[in-house]
Amino acid sequence: MKRTITCTINGKRKELTVDVRQSLLEVLREQAGLISVKQGCAVGECGACTVLIDNVPIDSCLYLAVWADGRSIRTVEGESRDGKLSRVQQAFVEAGAVQCGICTPGFVMAATAFVEKHRGRKVTRPDIRPGLAGNLCRCTGYDSIITAVQKSLDEGDEP
Amino acid sequence: MAIGKAVRRVDAIAKVTGRARYTDDYFRPGMLVAKYLRSTIAHGRVKKIDTRRAQRLPGVEAVFTYEDVPPIKFATAGHPYALDPAHQDVQDRLLLTRHVRYWGDEIAVVVAENDLIVQEALELIDVAYEEYSPLVTPEAALAAGAFEIHAGSNNVVGESCYAVGGNIEEALAQADVVLEGRYRTQICQHCHIENHIALAYMDDLEHIVVVSSTQIPHIVRRIVGQALGLPCGRIRVVKPYIGGGFGNKQDVILEPMVAFLTLQLGGRPVKMHLSREEGMIGTRVRHPFTTQMRAGVMQNGTLVALDIDALSNSGAYASHGHAVAGAAGARSRALYPRTAINYHAKTVYTNIPAAGAMRAYGAPQMMFAVDCMIEEAARRIGMDPVEFRLKNVARQGDVDPLTGEGFESCGLAECLQRGKALIQWDAKRAARPRKQTGPVRRGLGVACFSYATGTYPVCLEISGARIILNPDGSVHIQVGATEIGQGSDTIVAQMVAETAGIPLANVHVVSTQDTDVTPFDTGAYASRQAYVTSNAVFRAATALKAKILEHAGRMSGILPAELEITDGRIVRRDDRARKNMPLAAVALDAYYDKQRGGQLTVEVSHKTCSNAPAFGCTFVEIEVDVPLCRVQIKEIYNIHDSGIILNPLLAQGQVQGGVAMGIGAGLYEEMLIDPESGYIYNNNLLDYKVPTIMDVPDIGCAFVETFEPTSGYGNKSLGEPPIIAPPPAIRNALWDATGVKIDELPMTAHTLYKHFMKAGLL
Repeated sequence: MKRTITCTINGKRKELTVDVRQSLLEVLREQAGLISVKQGCAVGECGACTVLIDNVPIDSCLYLAVWADGRSIRTVEGESRDGKLSRVQQAFVEAGAVQCGICTPGFVMAATAFVEKHRGRKVTRPDIRPGLAGNLCRCTGYDSIITAVQKSLDEGDEP
Repeated sequence: MAIGKAVRRVDAIAKVTGRARYTDDYFRPGMLVAKYLRSTIAHGRVKKIDTRRAQRLPGVEAVFTYEDVPPIKFATAGHPYALDPAHQDVQDRLLLTRHVRYWGDEIAVVVAENDLIVQEALELIDVAYEEYSPLVTPEAALAAGAFEIHAGSNNVVGESCYAVGGNIEEALAQADVVLEGRYRTQICQHCHIENHIALAYMDDLEHIVVVSSTQIPHIVRRIVGQALGLPCGRIRVVKPYIGGGFGNKQDVILEPMVAFLTLQLGGRPVKMHLSREEGMIGTRVRHPFTTQMRAGVMQNGTLVALDIDALSNSGAYASHGHAVAGAAGARSRALYPRTAINYHAKTVYTNIPAAGAMRAYGAPQMMFAVDCMIEEAARRIGMDPVEFRLKNVARQGDVDPLTGEGFESCGLAECLQRGKALIQWDAKRAARPRKQTGPVRRGLGVACFSYATGTYPVCLEISGARIILNPDGSVHIQVGATEIGQGSDTIVAQMVAETAGIPLANVHVVSTQDTDVTPFDTGAYASRQAYVTSNAVFRAATALKAKILEHAGRMSGILPAELEITDGRIVRRDDRARKNMPLAAVALDAYYDKQRGGQLTVEVSHKTCSNAPAFGCTFVEIEVDVPLCRVQIKEIYNIHDSGIILNPLLAQGQVQGGVAMGIGAGLYEEMLIDPESGYIYNNNLLDYKVPTIMDVPDIGCAFVETFEPTSGYGNKSLGEPPIIAPPPAIRNALWDATGVKIDELPMTAHTLYKHFMKAGLL
């Protein structure tokens, strides 16, 4: 069965006709062409498919596309503007928080939600860990990812 | 100068913006999907298979069973091919099998329009088995009269031994103290976040294009050809960005099947993407080892003898076979080259998932056993564990006692000193009571390792590089070495910039390997690439620079020997300010001047005939909650001698990632298999405990930079080694904290409970 949904994706209103059985992950990749949304497990274990739905990080593999009707979705494709990386993206690059890169878009989105929520607050490394605990990385040992989040919180006010 | 600088990754922006394309991002119109029918028993034979109902399901394109595949047995290991049949990898695979050898073995494959139809079709296939008793442990597989998992094998994949430093029994007889131990390491799985995925299609009647998440595109081309009985020139393998491999993609898993399917289906595109649950059983795992050991030690702290007997479990298929246990043995003699060592290892078939290459290739298993034994030796003679290691480990000028190759660079002793200082070893030990009694106790541990850089002299080591000067004065470099996340593309760019004098921003690395056009290199494994590629890149960049200067000389009338390239400009050696011409002017002239024109390009294939051992150690301080059976890492440092550090930021990333994986292997990770049925309990990321961000502490790392003269830039292996020493260091710290010696991995709460109960702590 198909249904038509309307949602905002990276700031643009979109009308999509989706199979009711499809996950948001599938629809974002296959219909919207947002290849940053990666599938690592398809059952909510790894977080590689993390996107923001109304600014809350969600595993898009566990989220039916039809539920996105009327909501606002952010993926990493929408985070850099006018050829400039977002502050979180820039911090990931500089901190060496990127290796194979398959978990990176999900981590960047989880980190973005964390940074937006904690802007202006004093945050320590142990505070950052629970905020990113839904995302797995097998390359970095997480150390540089935590550093990237610290950098994003420390530097300046606006990107 | 670019070497030694913490330059940012060349692919970082592509990856943080989500624009980097991985195999799953190569959409093709009309792409079909395929999925295996996997056995629901661990050992047996398919009596009957009925696929008629599946074939009739709308949307199903084809169903193939073991009856439909070529009767060609092939080997899957990502090794260079051996011309000598005695050294070739074991050919024990068919594309699909009737004889089921592990829980999840591949007996049929369905191709359909989409994933939902494939799944439905698989459920419509009826299979009847003749069940055999599963042989899950090496002991069961080696028992007299055991069923042969592969006919004619006696369930033995391979066996080898070496002896160095004299007669082992005599050395043990002379020792003041002789110790014995038995050590067990578990089944680990790589758990790269991108599962195995490959797709194939044909553009004509002859050539098969395979796009795959692989570490070894050129080897994949050969093996696809061998598996299908086709010459490799008809196979083209493309390797885009890959989402982690850690050795699991140094094996050929899906590529022969997708190639077979597109060939059967008129060249239509077919994709296979394993689910996490399939990937954890149906690809490769780390060989579990049981190692029996004796050590002879003198009261003055000299380690005189190590007698090692390892039993390695390869599971259902040989894959890398006995090579892992063979490589594991070499590590101990590089670490203790002045000790008499007797090494024997046997690798066996059992009915568990096939083992293959995994980060550090046997070294974690062997170094765990060796380091546990070393710790015991130090304690038995009452010597400080660091001092005991310092007295016995490899030093500069030592020689591999088996090969006779000298260690040109070795900074292990300095690594141990540095680690000792970082963790404040002496001060902390002095400040602590001799025997701790409370529920929460602290412990310090150390462990050290050696690792190789590449596979020479066991295998051929070829690397290839091609550099082209573009009309704008930038260069494109293409290498056969594969970027798998470790940062090799960035390192290659740094090498070119360093040697040719071209600004890093003007060095473009072609990240994708395509076997139709990429220079030959066997790929990412054995922590080899920055080492073996260094000489190819150095030669290519040097030759390109010479060609550029020659052309500039013809343009300017100045002798090339008097010219130099600095920061993208041609300058006079004797007066850098005077003659100053942008490289772009030379490049444009070389492309388009009617008289002087001719593209400036170089291609080099380099054969490396050396192998430089890398060294290092882990220092850790832990807190053990005895009643909760919980270990918490307070501080951990890895200190490495990997020669010259080419890029400190990337180097730190390799170390921290490796240590995290080592912590996982030490404390959390184990694939659990039912010993009776061979059923696998935890083939998913919820039940198999990959460390999360909550489990990994801040990780300290330091480097003792030596210069390795056999490398183009003084560097040695770094990608794989960091995983090796954390588990034994944690184990030694646990012993230090509690007095309880644990000789098995992982040291989960479950394991600790067992040992604490036995020791009377609980």
